[in-house]
Amino acid sequence: MPDGRPLLSVREVSKSFGAVAAVRDVSFDLYGGEAHALVGENGAGKSTIVKMLAGVHRPDSGTIELDGIAIDLGGPADAKAAGIAVIYQEPTLFPDLSVAENIAMGRQPLGRFKTIDRAAMVQQAAQLFVRLGVSIDPNRPARGLSIADQQLVEIAKALSADARVVVMDEPTAALSGVEVERLFAVARSLRDDGAALMFISHRFEEVTALCERVTIMRDGRHVSTDLLTDVTVDEMVRKMVGRDLGALFPKQDVTPGAVALSVRGLSRDPVFLDVSFDVRAGEIVALAGLVGSGRSEVVQSIFGVDPRDSGTVEVVGRTLKPGSPKQAMAAGVALVPEDRRQQGLLMELSIERNVTLPRSRSLSQLGFLTGGRERRSAREWTQRLKTKYGRLSDEVGTLSGGNQQKVVLAKWLATDPKVLIVDEPTRGIDVGTKAEVHRLMSSLAAEGVAVLMVSSELPEVLGMADRVLVMREGRLVAELSRSDATEESVMFAATGQEARV
Amino acid sequence: MTAVDLPAPRRSSLDVVLKVRELGIVIALAVLVAVTTISNPRFLSGQSIRDILLGTAILAVLAVGQAVVVITRNIDLSVGSVLGLSAFTVGTLLQNSPRLPVIVVLVVGAAVGAVCGVVNGALVRFGNVPALVVTLGTLYVVRGITYFWAGGSQINADELPSGFLDFGNATVLGIPYLVLLAILVLVVTGVVLRNYRTGRELYAMGSSPQAARLAGIPVGRRTIGAFVVSGALAGLAGVLFAARFGTIDAAAGTGYELNVVAAVVVGGVAVFGGSGTVWGAALGALLLTTIASSLAVLEINQFWQQAIVGGLILLAIGADRLVAVRVAAGLKKRGSHVS
Ligand SMILES: Nc1ncnc2c1ncn2[C@@H]1O[C@H](COP(=O)(O)OP(=O)(O)OP(=O)(O)O)[C@@H](O)[C@H]1O
Ligand SMILES: [Mg+2]
Repeated sequence: MPDGRPLLSVREVSKSFGAVAAVRDVSFDLYGGEAHALVGENGAGKSTIVKMLAGVHRPDSGTIELDGIAIDLGGPADAKAAGIAVIYQEPTLFPDLSVAENIAMGRQPLGRFKTIDRAAMVQQAAQLFVRLGVSIDPNRPARGLSIADQQLVEIAKALSADARVVVMDEPTAALSGVEVERLFAVARSLRDDGAALMFISHRFEEVTALCERVTIMRDGRHVSTDLLTDVTVDEMVRKMVGRDLGALFPKQDVTPGAVALSVRGLSRDPVFLDVSFDVRAGEIVALAGLVGSGRSEVVQSIFGVDPRDSGTVEVVGRTLKPGSPKQAMAAGVALVPEDRRQQGLLMELSIERNVTLPRSRSLSQLGFLTGGRERRSAREWTQRLKTKYGRLSDEVGTLSGGNQQKVVLAKWLATDPKVLIVDEPTRGIDVGTKAEVHRLMSSLAAEGVAVLMVSSELPEVLGMADRVLVMREGRLVAELSRSDATEESVMFAATGQEARV
Repeated sequence: MTAVDLPAPRRSSLDVVLKVRELGIVIALAVLVAVTTISNPRFLSGQSIRDILLGTAILAVLAVGQAVVVITRNIDLSVGSVLGLSAFTVGTLLQNSPRLPVIVVLVVGAAVGAVCGVVNGALVRFGNVPALVVTLGTLYVVRGITYFWAGGSQINADELPSGFLDFGNATVLGIPYLVLLAILVLVVTGVVLRNYRTGRELYAMGSSPQAARLAGIPVGRRTIGAFVVSGALAGLAGVLFAARFGTIDAAAGTGYELNVVAAVVVGGVAVFGGSGTVWGAALGALLLTTIASSLAVLEINQFWQQAIVGGLILLAIGADRLVAVRVAAGLKKRGSHVS
């Protein structure tokens, strides 16, 4: 790590929202040429720190110093001007504008008479995507991008800023191994050029792969800042959670029962082709593959939110009509979607309304929703998932990212499904709760629920699944039993080449 | 892993959709003109075309301003009243000092409108009240001020200087001044919206206000700016109105706001902001004016005009929905793949 003066220092900053003290007296330094991790449980205050660095929130007290000089960030424009680029936890794109324009907004290359040089702008975006190794059409509108692509666009946006400080709030949450590798390669080159990186993630293997130092937060407070060579993952977890954790993937052995979900010849040109598989009651089946391999599209088509060209879906012997999520729900299917902002949650509604939304019918008596029952069942499920919130009547939009994810999970787990489809169930969820979610899925399976899990996290796939189905470019290319599934075999099937380990 | 090829810059599907939309209006116009002309050839006479063009000029100037506001996910319902106030102001001014050059009159009209725009914009920004409510309020307030000032009085053409009335009638190469002025407004606004950062920021704000704030766009200032543009153009339209009709009373421009919003919606500017062009809005203005005039020529009841405009709006919104669903499905298919 380079010595000398820190590039950016956070000095005893605090920030409260009403009664919630999100950040309390936190201090740490960022040096040019270092990648610095910030870790902590859901709701520990990480994103709040990020938003203060971004000028979105003003600290209640404390200062932020750049090159040793205190700066007052009155808004995101000030932070931009100071050379701080931020990737927010939730993608913030303009759906109607083109991807290239989203990336360049406010910094569009100018030509004659200060008009925007569109060709240069598109070229710039295309080059960034080449650097990141992804092929997103810079001319397409941002509307309809998958959550992973949205995150990649956000990353490109931050990289294009030529910033001295790059703050990344869970940029990898929706990405799989290959994209993460690409991102890290670009991040390392930025760091080697002297930028200071701040990296937030709940995946420790990423933290150790990229960063030199780590700052740990708990309940809004600073716990420690260490060199990563000086701490083990277990120590980090202990500092973060304040206790020791049990097994991360507590898989119970279950003998599978009858076929609960049967998918035959599902096709939608050109997204996926001829996908067939079964999931039995009590089984956890993982759908693995790279981002963009068609996994999410397959499960959305099974649930009926996406159309399909051909193929049949049967749930416990009953054939589901295509394009009817209502019927799928009635048949006992629940889908925890990948994009919680667009498909999972109503941000302005309260936590309890969100949790009880799909069940409103069974909860209502004589057609009226009764506040008491609604609150009781919301409380039960959010507590099982250790959701951190002020009051159940708070807007979901004010929760931390991981806690929003828990509300989505609670919402669907509470429907008592026969077939549970989860798309990236632990995206943005901290280690402690991750174990809890896994325990929950495992016990649901033990109770006879058929679980289909899409996940980009290999350890999760390997730890949880009875069987692993691997997709590549829209086709099912491999089916691996629990004993055959290894990191290498899954990566090999997913990429079609020897995994570089 | 191989690098991906650089995709050649090409038109975005967004542009294509808009082109389709504008083409639709042009076709509707052509059919309308053809049908009307067949049943009554007088429709294509010089005088009738002139009337359509002059009417369109005024409506288009208003529609351009409205489009700017709607693109930012706001709406300005006060434009009809602002037009009236501006028309009455310049009328009174010309009664008192007939020698005033036309350019000064235009500036005064625009300034009156700009002041109204500042009020609208400031109320929306600082009052945190939806634009619909604010401008509904100012619609009545501004009209009230005009009535209070004008009382029952009317300014007639013979009280206005002939130089000013000439401006309303004169042509260059057969094109009326008013039309040239409207085209100038259209081109300048269109270029700013498409090719300048400020213009793109307006689209960004309408597309996602929250993301716009995070991107460091001065949302408050731009909102006020959009209302000032709309107000100033409504004021300008007031001058055009005075020059064209020569008769001004306190009721001038009553009900215009609905025509303007209709033109903008029919022209393909999304009511939820973020998309649409002033070209589309101007085409919408042309279509609505032509419909009104063709129904008059065909001696069809006024009632039908309103029903047809209503139907067109529903058709436009329906078409937008349909296209949006199609585009969304198409976009989903083209996800990225790591190469
Ligand atoms: N705008 C807001 N209004 C009210 N409370 C808020 C707001 N933003 C954050 N909070 C609260 O502040 C606390 C810290 O949230 P923050 O988003 O910083 O957590 P985090 O560490 O980023 O968690 P995660 O890992 O889940 O993203 C949470 O309890 C959250 O509910
Ligand atoms: Mg967060």
